Amino acid sequence: MDELDRAIVNRLQGGFPLCERPFARAALDLKVDEKTLILRIQALLDEGVLTRFGPMYDVERMGGAFTLCAMSVPAEDFERVAALVNAHPEVAHNYERAHRFNLWFVLAASSREAIASLVEKIERETGHRVMNLPREEEYFVELRLSA
Amino acid sequence: MNPIDERIVRATQGGLPLVPAPYARIAQEVGISEAQVLERLRSMLADGRIRRIGAVPNHYALGYTANAMTVWDVDDEAAGELGAAVGALPFVSHCYRRPRRLPDWPYNLFAMVHGKSKKETKVCIEEIRMLLGAACRRHDLLYSVRILKKTGLRL
Repeated sequence: MDELDRAIVNRLQGGFPLCERPFARAALDLKVDEKTLILRIQALLDEGVLTRFGPMYDVERMGGAFTLCAMSVPAEDFERVAALVNAHPEVAHNYERAHRFNLWFVLAASSREAIASLVEKIERETGHRVMNLPREEEYFVELRLSA
Repeated sequence: MNPIDERIVRATQGGLPLVPAPYARIAQEVGISEAQVLERLRSMLADGRIRRIGAVPNHYALGYTANAMTVWDVDDEAAGELGAAVGALPFVSHCYRRPRRLPDWPYNLFAMVHGKSKKETKVCIEEIRMLLGAACRRHDLLYSVRILKKTGLRL
């Protein structure tokens, strides 16, 4: 990563312009040209430094529902259960964590009812309990990671 | 959500097209004018349906490899104030209040902490512990071992 890559990561995490030529506008602030900026963003996406470039939507504010779920799965059954959970398109993120509750995933669906029935379905499929932890309040979101 | 907004969301949730006039490209896809796309995006940004527009970095690729979910059992009455204070710390990306599930799960405050080493993350966690003080009865931390899936939220 060179200076420009770092500047893109550090300064373009929000506030991307809403105008006809947004890359040209953002490039001006970074003191490069439009084409260079576009190519560099593409490269950062290809290398996996950025996972996405665009609007970050808040699913809940758009009328959907989501929740954090945790499961405590015995080691010998872990891969099977993880695969069953991942198979659902409603599972957005799934992490293995070092804890008695070792499987943590986020479910996103159209409503709370849809979430509840999905939780039941995963319990039936896997034979393990799912702990459903919907957010009750949010205090801050989005760390500005520095490169 | 109105059908136009929904089409805009579907056209952009994977990312903006990397072309000089991305909003014109989206307009073409959705079948409305560029001005309308800009107007709808501004409105979604204003009411919070869009959190922000820009680069979404991958923690791991930036060297943040010691990512811990920290969980805290704090007084319910103090949770709001404490949550706001924890959420404002620079190394905390997300902070939420969630229900306890007793007896398995006594924690009601969740804070995601990102460090470049476990040592750095430990210092951060200690800072949270000091901040919460006596309002916190117990806490735990859960390091991520492996990303099993990360597709982002989709409509």
